[in-house]
Amino acid sequence: MTNAITRGSQTTGTHDQVALICGRYGNDPQRMLDILRDVQDQYRCISRDAMQAVAIKTGLSQVAVEGVASFYAFLSLTPKGRVTIRLCDDIIDRFAGLDAVATAFEAALGITVGQTTADGAISLEYTPCIGMCDQAPAAMINDVVVTALTPEKARAITAALNDGRRPEDLIAKNFDTLTPHAQAAQMVKDNIKHAGAVLLGPVPDEAGLKNALVQNPAQIIDQIAASGLRGCGGAGFSTGRKWRFAAQTDDDRRFIICNADEGEPGTFKDRILLTERPHLLIEGMTIAARAVGAREGILYLRGEYVYLRPLIQEVLEERRTKGLLGQNILGVDGFDFDIRLQMGAGAYICGEEGALISSCEGLPGEPKTRPPYPVTHGYLGHPTVVNNVETFCHAARIMDRGAQWFFDMGSDGSHGTKLFSVSGDCINPGIYELPYGLSVRELLVMAGGEDAAAVLVGGPSGTMIARDTFDSKLGFDDLATGGAIVVFSSDRNILEIVEYYMSFFVHESCGYCTPCRVGNVFLQKAVGKFRKGLANPADIAYLRDLSATIIETSRCGLGMTSPNPILSTLDSFPLVYAAMVKPPKDRMRATFDIQSAISDARVLAKRRSSIYDKDFSK
Amino acid sequence: MSGFAFQIDGVEITAKDGQTIMEAADDAGIYIPRLCDHEGLRHQGGCRVCTIKSNGRSVAACTEPARADLSVENETPHINKLRRDLVGMLFNEGNHLCPICEASGNCELQAMAYRLDMTAPTLFPYLEPCRPVDASHSDIALDNNRCISCGRCVRASQDVDGKGVFGYVGRGIHRHIGVNGADLADTDAAVTDFAISAEVCPVGCIIRKREGFTRPIGTREYDNHLIGHDIEKKRDD
Repeated sequence: MTNAITRGSQTTGTHDQVALICGRYGNDPQRMLDILRDVQDQYRCISRDAMQAVAIKTGLSQVAVEGVASFYAFLSLTPKGRVTIRLCDDIIDRFAGLDAVATAFEAALGITVGQTTADGAISLEYTPCIGMCDQAPAAMINDVVVTALTPEKARAITAALNDGRRPEDLIAKNFDTLTPHAQAAQMVKDNIKHAGAVLLGPVPDEAGLKNALVQNPAQIIDQIAASGLRGCGGAGFSTGRKWRFAAQTDDDRRFIICNADEGEPGTFKDRILLTERPHLLIEGMTIAARAVGAREGILYLRGEYVYLRPLIQEVLEERRTKGLLGQNILGVDGFDFDIRLQMGAGAYICGEEGALISSCEGLPGEPKTRPPYPVTHGYLGHPTVVNNVETFCHAARIMDRGAQWFFDMGSDGSHGTKLFSVSGDCINPGIYELPYGLSVRELLVMAGGEDAAAVLVGGPSGTMIARDTFDSKLGFDDLATGGAIVVFSSDRNILEIVEYYMSFFVHESCGYCTPCRVGNVFLQKAVGKFRKGLANPADIAYLRDLSATIIETSRCGLGMTSPNPILSTLDSFPLVYAAMVKPPKDRMRATFDIQSAISDARVLAKRRSSIYDKDFSK
Repeated sequence: MSGFAFQIDGVEITAKDGQTIMEAADDAGIYIPRLCDHEGLRHQGGCRVCTIKSNGRSVAACTEPARADLSVENETPHINKLRRDLVGMLFNEGNHLCPICEASGNCELQAMAYRLDMTAPTLFPYLEPCRPVDASHSDIALDNNRCISCGRCVRASQDVDGKGVFGYVGRGIHRHIGVNGADLADTDAAVTDFAISAEVCPVGCIIRKREGFTRPIGTREYDNHLIGHDIEKKRDD
């Protein structure tokens, strides 16, 4: 009875509190991700009660709210600790000593990964690449990031948290008095190893925007097109053409969206631009708005980069104060543009532009059916330009220095410079801004990774190459990359790497279409057989065959590239697979494990087999 | 209404403006296999069984707009191989035990396998999920082990019944159909809903209680015709 009353009043309390949160976003269902992030932050969980309250306030069904809440990895339907430690379990972190760090956390907290301490204080879990590969192993502790972890650091962190200190206090004693940039710099190193002429060298304030404002929109687009700038997120679509398509639409509402959902494992270049060139980024978005005729913009920041939120918000506020955002920008009558910051919540798929738009609309991050394309029917059905962080920064610089300046850098078909995120087995991991057209080998020499046995160009959705291909050129026409260069020495197990990346794609598939949802699980299991030495000779053909089906039938880029770790290593390292394939002995398939096949039945029958149980006689 | 022509497997058909390839093919009496698509419901493009080649590019026929002079490959060995793989994935993702399933003979997944000549197990592993059965409702039961995540019930309930009883929950291999409440009895689902009717769920997941195994073998939906027969017979008329 007492329980029922208490529970009843708690429910009412939850409803009132959640209603307040919904009210902050105008009870707008399109702001569902913001609402649920706030509910999660306040309650460390999105309970059924909370979902019901959100549903009532936003006018959606409860199952629709649950659909969003259950999609994003940083939202939880079951209670988490007041502090959640998310260990980055990317393959780079594993190779950098994640295991020892995880063990130290487990021992210090008295729980295993995936659990919450009994007092509800601290949760420990794994999360895919958080974009800190150059300073692995790393972790998120609520909204702060800690890097270069060691078992000693893990124990110190646990002790401090157990003492009741906030995650922020782990970074600096005077954390709250630091500027947002200083806070970010305390947490994460930039590791800029080579600054190029376009982005990381000296950049004058607003020079590109001022030039853009004395031109008409068509002239801006002509310049961007003439510069040869192509999308830096990986797909490489001509930026000028994209802007032109959107500008030509017949709609009075158009949107500019910045894709700062940098999720490809091994990629962290946008993190540096967001930290060190945020004004240039917003300047580029503002120029795009001018060119396309957009008044509204969204900057979609991946949940893992939440530590950069105060920095971005400060920059946006500063620009509003200076008249660089808002109404009549720089005094140009009728040039209105403002940007809202949209936080993600742990979903790699949201880097796909349709999924990113879905996420901005408050939906699960599922890609949209194409056609229609976002440039004509994007955010809320309006023409939308989605560009990568680096692309916008380049655009601002092109408007400053001119199309020819940019065009003259790089190689045929790949103009300008590119930020490469180099990590893994090399002496100098970090960011390299270099003109397109250099070879992988040249980059490896700069980074101190000449001894590499394998290099993953473009992350797991890209290509794994062996030494015989190191002279290939980085660019759209030879080896395309969104920026990830992951270096593996000859000590590394290729199949371990491939199995990890397949588990990553299984974790990150949205599940909308059959081949990506199910096929990737099959691929992961098949690679597991190779690792265990249980594969048949025919399994190599099976891997290729299944991969081909997934690539050909998947609905979006995730499924069209997820088999790449397997296919590119089959091509580059065929012996690795061949060595694990055993010809069948005594006509028994090694793949069939009688012990595990009958284990469930054995438990049910509560007896053991005289034939197959090796320990039967005992 | 203006129209245009394009080809499917060398047969010229006419289409109306705004039609998808599948809609135009249906009108012309050419069956393109599909599971998540159903007449009268929004197109989803999720199961991918309707994958075709349109001017050499593989796309889902249910969502791809028809255009003049397209050359579409539908019933080719290559495309049917892809479809067998996709149907095989759906079989092995869930628990599909035809002999004990009351949808047997009326099941679109089973019928699709027959149409595609799938007569032996594939190389795919069985995922053997352990999904809950929801028998809370007085007239309806859900055996989620047989669900193929086509989402036809989601769209039927939302768009036709105006209710929203079902919705997708979760992500990736854990994505599944959830109900708008603690269980089905907690929702406003009724056995008279279109979403609950025999034609919406292609498999034996949504079960209307007290009416199982009523059609004798030999008279069931796909005992005498391949799936797609109703569309293909239009060509004969």
